[in-house]
Amino acid sequence: MMNKRSEFDVEINDTKGTPFIDNAKISARNVEVFYEKKQAIFNTSIDIGKNQIVAMIGPSGCGKSTFLRCLNRMNDTIQSCQIRGEIKLDNEDIYARQQDPVLLRARVGMVFQKPNPFSKSIYDNVAYGAKLHGLTSNQVELDDLVEKSLMRAGLFNEVKDDLHKPGTGLSGGQQQRLCIARTIAIDPEVILMDEPTSALDPIATAVIEELMIELSKKYTIVIVTHSMQQAARVSQRTAYFHMGHLIEVNDTNTVFTNPEHQLTENYITGRFG
Amino acid sequence: MEVQQHISQQYNKDLKSIKSNVLSMGCLVELQVQNAIYALLNQDQELAKEVSVSDYKINKMEMEIDADCAKVIAKRQPAAGDLRLVIAVVKIITDLERIGDEAEKIGRYAKKMALKEVAAEMHAELSSLGSKVMTILHDTLDSFARMDAQQAIKVVASDAQIDDEFNKISRLLLTHMMESPRNIKHMLRVTWCVRALERIGDHSQNICEHVVYSVNGKDVRHVHLNKPHQGD
Repeated sequence: MMNKRSEFDVEINDTKGTPFIDNAKISARNVEVFYEKKQAIFNTSIDIGKNQIVAMIGPSGCGKSTFLRCLNRMNDTIQSCQIRGEIKLDNEDIYARQQDPVLLRARVGMVFQKPNPFSKSIYDNVAYGAKLHGLTSNQVELDDLVEKSLMRAGLFNEVKDDLHKPGTGLSGGQQQRLCIARTIAIDPEVILMDEPTSALDPIATAVIEELMIELSKKYTIVIVTHSMQQAARVSQRTAYFHMGHLIEVNDTNTVFTNPEHQLTENYITGRFG
Repeated sequence: MEVQQHISQQYNKDLKSIKSNVLSMGCLVELQVQNAIYALLNQDQELAKEVSVSDYKINKMEMEIDADCAKVIAKRQPAAGDLRLVIAVVKIITDLERIGDEAEKIGRYAKKMALKEVAAEMHAELSSLGSKVMTILHDTLDSFARMDAQQAIKVVASDAQIDDEFNKISRLLLTHMMESPRNIKHMLRVTWCVRALERIGDHSQNICEHVVYSVNGKDVRHVHLNKPHQGD
């Protein structure tokens, strides 16, 4: 099928750089996303390595968040959204008929732009998913899991005396770490982060970034960010999206010192527009 | 290819001003070298003196451009081509400043040597080396002004001529010293001047390598540019 192509047709038929790697945790092939008749993602293929942090950057509306949401089928909730192509998690098609999206989302967790703790206590926020998925068999185990998750999210020491106070009473940065604790409590394999620090101040941002690097030892992380410096600081590989096309994927050092595609260069040097 | 402008006009201005300041510094350095060589060849003591006291202007420019680069890094966090430009400039101005030092050195020796006749044969050799060095320096600055990596690579390759010429003159000077030991002091001064000219060639070569890095991101230091190498 012929796609409706953008004005940059000639330049962006193929993704530049190294979108494919060996032993990928997630493999996306020829992914195309439509919102009714409007195509949001064009023929996108990329591998995401185990324990890697992959950053997705690009101007607003370029499709990076849409693509991120494909990775745990969050787009299923949008009626008009249609997805073609193939996305595999550990070689398993996540769009296969027998795949349960709820279980998938337990394996591929997500952290959003705005911290969104439930209006419950800090403890219950973290315990919620574990209870839902029946991950623990008694109170001691649950207490243990909550403590471990908060610890891993770097929040435990700040909240250990207030575990039964509402999560919404925390600062923005703490709330975001609470959401991360909630995500890792159900022991996912992949964490998707959609601009996780854009509502936070630089200190809280630095704390979350440090946390991401720590978490990447155990989890695979895909982060969508508007901050190019953040992508440069935390990720090992960077993917640049432009008008629904995946323009370039390279190791982050290459992208920020010597990108292969002119569009990538224009965007990261602030010449886009 | 004409690179698109930044969204931030001020950022454009900052980078443009850094580039044009490097070129002004380059002009100043070129003038110093030219004057140093002229003073040496024509025993112009006045000019030699002027060269030997003008180096401070170059040093001042180096410090100013350095500060501007630090400011751009702090304020703009340049990336990709912009980052390479700023990094290259920081290195280029170090080499330019060193070229200025070599010119100053030649000026100092030329001042002392002005009363001595430079042997006719030596004069021709020095003149030839001097003009080759001037050409290389000029082409180097030109390749930076145009951001022309091809030209920069050519200049790097041509530095071999300077080295040949330097070796030739060194042998000649040795012969002269052996023939007339009374003139050894004088000949040593000539040797140091020749050495300074050869160093100017080396610094120009470095600058060209930084230009190549700035333009296409390839680090070509410590590789033979006239031989094909891996990855190209």
